[in-house]
Order: sequence, then structure tokens, then C-alpha cells
Amino acid sequence: METVWFLLVALMLGAYVVLDGFDLGVGVISPLVAKTPDERRLVLRTIGPVWDGNEVWLLAAGGAIFFAFPLLYASSFSGFYLPLMMVLWLLMLRGIGIELRSHVNNPLWQSFCDFVFTLSSLLLTIFLGAAIGNVIRGVPLNKDGYFFEALWTNFRVGPSPGILDWYTVLTGVLAMITLTVHGANYVALKTEGAVQLRARRLSQKGWWALVAMTILSLIATLYIRPQVIDNFKMRVWGWLIPLMVVATLISMLYFRTKGNDRTAFLSSTGYIVGMLGGAAFAMYPYLLPATTDPSYSLTIFNSKTGDYSMRVGLVWWLVGIILAIGYFVFLYRFFRGKVTLEDTEGY
Amino acid sequence: MPPTALTMTDRQATEFCLEWTGMDNALTIDRLQFAFTVTFHYLFPQLTMGLAPLIVIFKSLALWKKEERYNRAARFLAKIFALSFLFGVITGIPMEFQFGTNWAKFSQFSGGVIATTLAMEGVFAFFLESSFLGLFLYGEKRIGPKWHWLSAFMVFFGSWLSGYFIIVTDAWMQHPVGYSMASDGTAHLISFWTLLFNRWAIWQYIHNMGGAVITGSFVMTAVGAFYLLSRKQVEFGRLFVKAGVIAAVIASIFQIFPSGDRQGQLVTNYQPVTLAAMEGLFQTESGASIVLIGQPDTVAQRLDNPIYVPGALSFLTHRRWEATVKGLNDFPREQWPDNIPLLYYSYHIMVGLGTLFIAIMIGAALLLWRKRLFDARWMLWILMLSFPFPFIANTAGWITAEVGRQPWLVYGLMRTEQGLSPTVSAGNGLFTLIGFMGMYLVLGVMYLFLIGREVDHGPMPSEGSQ
Repeated sequence: METVWFLLVALMLGAYVVLDGFDLGVGVISPLVAKTPDERRLVLRTIGPVWDGNEVWLLAAGGAIFFAFPLLYASSFSGFYLPLMMVLWLLMLRGIGIELRSHVNNPLWQSFCDFVFTLSSLLLTIFLGAAIGNVIRGVPLNKDGYFFEALWTNFRVGPSPGILDWYTVLTGVLAMITLTVHGANYVALKTEGAVQLRARRLSQKGWWALVAMTILSLIATLYIRPQVIDNFKMRVWGWLIPLMVVATLISMLYFRTKGNDRTAFLSSTGYIVGMLGGAAFAMYPYLLPATTDPSYSLTIFNSKTGDYSMRVGLVWWLVGIILAIGYFVFLYRFFRGKVTLEDTEGY
Repeated sequence: MPPTALTMTDRQATEFCLEWTGMDNALTIDRLQFAFTVTFHYLFPQLTMGLAPLIVIFKSLALWKKEERYNRAARFLAKIFALSFLFGVITGIPMEFQFGTNWAKFSQFSGGVIATTLAMEGVFAFFLESSFLGLFLYGEKRIGPKWHWLSAFMVFFGSWLSGYFIIVTDAWMQHPVGYSMASDGTAHLISFWTLLFNRWAIWQYIHNMGGAVITGSFVMTAVGAFYLLSRKQVEFGRLFVKAGVIAAVIASIFQIFPSGDRQGQLVTNYQPVTLAAMEGLFQTESGASIVLIGQPDTVAQRLDNPIYVPGALSFLTHRRWEATVKGLNDFPREQWPDNIPLLYYSYHIMVGLGTLFIAIMIGAALLLWRKRLFDARWMLWILMLSFPFPFIANTAGWITAEVGRQPWLVYGLMRTEQGLSPTVSAGNGLFTLIGFMGMYLVLGVMYLFLIGREVDHGPMPSEGSQ
């Protein structure tokens, strides 16, 4: 049962990164692809009706972690205290930047909102990547399963690391590049004309950086945590995951050069799913490894909630998530197609 | 033996002072941060949950009577709603995070129970709200009137559902049910339905949503009164005042009876020490009187300058004028709520304002019935200026509930000082508390500015303008 919930939590986090990932990416690239005020508005409109719903996946995933693995939630949220609070502030600023921009018709205000939107999106992508890096690298857990990490110590991967060290900075940059390309693919899919052209070009250039960073971070991961290979040795079918990553990278380049925006976007989605799936596969059954004493590590077994909760949870979770997927399919179908500046609606 | 003032060394004296001022004390900081962020947060949901049913009413009238003005009214309220919803969402995310960041031991202890309702809020309510809000705000022309009505209804339903899950979570902390203690000392859920239909939750929910409707209807009435007084948007001024007064008079009366009364019964039965502290009842009395005004002195254990109604407290709590009500002296000191004056005042502010709301709204409803309200400028002034008070009353109500729960974090199971995060220092806590204060100051100013603009534009601006 705890394995099922491990999968479900991973699934929800994956859904979050794929969905909010592209609107974060849109934030990062918006000054690069949109040059005039009208283009800015257009780019913002591509995510207007959906970004809020996408962000809900983060809350839902957080809720699922709390539900299935209360000790993991308690330990990681208090241990990552400062970066989490900063993520909260960035999420607030970003929401303001997106939603309040059009409320005041003043160029200064709008430039300010654009700046806030881009900066907060950029920092959030790096924080997300660094968070994943921290989980893979491990944290200095004590015997009660708690820890506290400063934002940085000496940037080395040692027994008392900071949130940021060279490894997590690396994963942060990888996440930033990934979501930049993913966001560019989305903008290319949703727009036409000059904006689309710039987004395509950006996605194409970003691809090379993405490949380089993927290889680099893979080597770094094997270097700081050789155990990640163990699960792949034990369960050979796991090699399908890196295969998927390679395949999606290739198809991303292929369909990008052919100008097939939809498949290119699906490829970057597949790439994200593959990368996160690979990380989850390599971690299992660990949730948060200890850099102190390996026996202090949080696993799905020592962090799980009661069995009754998990069983009942499976029922309501399935009902809830089917409904949620239904809303999303409906919403995305409803707002499908290219966005233009003509059909001005909304408040 | 604690050192007395005479035997203290300098260092002990410093520590003693710090303990008293509490600014180097993680417990105090964590409590302050939660109290501050949740109080600020709840200013927005109470308005959105209160406006949502009013929007549905206007959308229904538009469908039924086929009059465009109802659609316009709904669209205008939707603007206020959307802004408030945004602020509610962004100030709400820190709430879900803070259980883990600042109250890790509490999360570990109670996650087996309350994470169920919090996670359910995510999958059942948040997805519903956010999806249909997008549709409601951006899709009116494309989906047609019936679907637009449905999306308004779903936004209403989602926001009220969200409220229910939060209330169930709080109700479990007030009155834990449906759990058992596991061998590792944490609480585990044993009955899903008992948790979900905790009797405490049901009455608390009804009482809370009544409060939200009061806020929503007072705000709408105040906007209408503002238009009538300033002689602009008169058609909508009348509509808002009329609908607002009707909704507010019903909600205000309902709020005292039955919902407030039933909530009081629960406190009487399950938290008698809280009742004594709320009422400022230091000594057990038979035929206890209810205090309207007075200042509690916790050192001398008496109320100064009390004005009271004899026997009323006994009647309200036990339905008999001569019944005995237990005072604080019948409970061990370590079970007393730790801030009795705050609890006492917030409770009295809530009840006092609630009574005032009934008086104002009955007066306004009578004038409306005699068709004199729209010309009674003095009453319109009162209606316009009274919109902040429901926010205060709701906040005071929540302070009553949560300070009244002290010294427990989970009533009878876990004390507040046992719940905080073991590794987060007071220094880090204060850093983020200051950060939140700065951030929320900016948010508050921005919100007031933007709402002011929307009210100024009104429901009848030129078509297509933002």
C-alpha cells in the first residue's frame, strides 16, 4: 500500500512539474519572446486561465505527502524552512504579477508586473530543481528524523550541506533550462507570428543546453550518490526510463526542426516525466536519504500513515482525481487553439 | 526551584526577561506567525465565500427574468470576488505549508487524521474552484448563459466545500473523534465518516458560513449605499442595497439563533473551562449571570466594572435559570486558556457586534419594507460605514475558538508547546514573520487600492473597458 502511495505522490509531483512547469517557463522566456506590450499581453494570455489550476497540483501534491507520509512532511517542511518560505513569497509575487497586471492601465505598472513575473518564475524554476537535488543528495537527518539546513554552507557536498551546494545548483540550472525549453514549446504551440518564431528559435537553441546539462547532471548524480544505480541493477525494466529520456530528447529536436509544435511540446513533457520518473525509480523506497547515518533515512516504511487511512484514502483520492482530470480536460479543450488579442474577454 | 528576583544572576535575569517578552522564544514566534498569517488570510475567504452565493442568486435571476442588469450585477460582484479570491489563494498557500514548517511535531502527531481532510480539500475543492473560476471569468461569451450559471454555481460549491474541509480539520483539533493512538504515539484515523461528520464540525461550519454570508452581504450593501449616497450607478445601488439587506437580516438573525446558540452548547459540553474563561466566570455560580461589559483581572480573579443580566448565562448554557455553571476555580490552573483577557474580549466583541448587526439590519429591512430606505440617507450612511465590522466579528470569532482551545493544540491530547518544529529556531521564525508582515502590508495596500478602483468604476462602465 505504501508503494502505491509512493507512486501516487510521484505522479502528482510529476503532474505539477509538467503543468506548472510550462507556465513557469513562460515566465522565464516572456522578455525574450515578447518585445512589444501587445506581445507581452499575448504571451500572458496563453497561461491566463490555466496557471492557477496548474499551481493547485503543488498544493494537492503537498497534501498527498502530508497524508501518506506525515513524518516526511513534518521533517522536510521544517528542515527546508527558509527556502520553502521563500518559495511561498515568490509564488505570491508571481500571482500578483500575472493577475494584477491588467488591472491598472499604466505602462510603469505593467513593466513592473512583467519584471516581477519573470524574476519570480526564474527563481522558482531554480528552487524546484535545487529541491529535487537536495532530495537526491540527502540531508543531515538526526535519529528522530528531523534536520535543518541553512541556505548555504561551503557549497560542498559533505556531511553538513546547505540547501545550495554545487550539486543542487547544478540541478537548479538543469530545471531552469528544462522548463525554459518546455515553456518555449508551449508558447510556440499557443501563438502565431513573431512570438511563435522567437519561441521556436529559443526552444531549438535551448535544446543543446538541455542535452549538455542532462549529461552533466547525470554524471554528477552518479558521482555524489552511486547508490542510484542499484535499483536499475535489481529491476532491469527500469532502463526503459533513461531510454525514454533519450528518445524524447531526440524527438524534441526532430519535431522542432520539422516545426511540429504539438509533438515537440509532448516530447518535452515526456522528457520531464522521464527525468522525474527516473529519479523516483532510483530513490525507491527512500523518501529522504540521510547524509549522516544511512539508518536515519526516511523511507516509505518508517514515514507512512496508518493502514486504514491509506486504504480509505485510495478510494476518495481516485474519485477526486478523476473529477479533477475531468475538469482539466474540459478546461484545456475549452481554451484550446491559438490565443489572439482579438477576443478580449475576462475581467 | 525557580530563582526569585533577589537570587537571580544577571544571566538568569536576562533569560527570565526573554522568556517573558517571548521574542527569543520559538513557541511565541510560531504562534504569532500562524495567528498573523491566518488572520490576514481569512479576511479574503470570508468575503469570497459570502459573495459566491450572492453571485449565484444574481445569475439565477438573470436566467429566470432575462434581465441584463442581473448579469451586470453578477459581473461586477465577480470582479470583487476574483480579486479577493486571488488574495485568498496566495495568502492561503502559506497556511498549508506552515503545518509542516513551524508545527512539525503536530503534523507528525496528527497527520494520520487531519492530513486526510487537508488532502481532500486539495483534490476535491481546489481543482474544482480553480478550473471553474477560469471558465467563469474568461468564458462567459463562449459558453452561453446556462453553462455560465453552472460555472458560477461550481465556484460557489467549491469554495464552500473548501471551507468544510478546513472546518473539519479545525473541529478535530477542538474535539478529536474517530482516531486511536498508535504504538508510536501518533494519532491514526479509525473512522473516516466519524471524522467527516464530527458534530462539532457541523455546527461550527454552519456558524462560520453564516458569518461569511454576513460579510458578503454587508459589503454588497455598503457598495450599494455608497452609490446611492453619491448619486451614481443608482439602479445598481438600489439592487445591491435591497438584496444585501434581505440577505444580511436573515444571516444575522440565523447567526445568533440557532447557529451561535448551538456552537455555545458544544463549548459548554466539551470545553467547560473555555466557556468559563470566555464569559469571565472566575467562580462557580448557580443562576450565573451573563456579563455584557467588564474587564477581567486574572491576578485578582474577578471582573471589574461588570454590567450583567442575572441568570442569563445559566439559562443560555443549561436552559435553566438557576443551573450551576462551573467557574474557572473548578478547573486546575494548567488547563486554563493561557490568554484569558484576549479570549474574553474577542468573544464579547463577536457577540456584541453580532447583536448590533441584527439591530442595524432589522432597522434597514423595516425601512425597505415601508419603501423609505433609498431616501433615508442617515440609514444609508450607517449601511455604508458598517462594512468593516463583519470582518472584525468573524476574526474575533476565530480568535475565540482558537485561543479558547488553548493550552491544547489538539484538545486533551497535545499541548501547544509540544507541537512546534524541533529544528526551526526562533531567529529563523522571526525572520519569516517579519517577511510576512512586510509582504502582507504591501498586499493589503494593493488590495484596497484595486477594490477601490473597481467600486469606483461600478457595474455600468463603458463596454469592454478593463
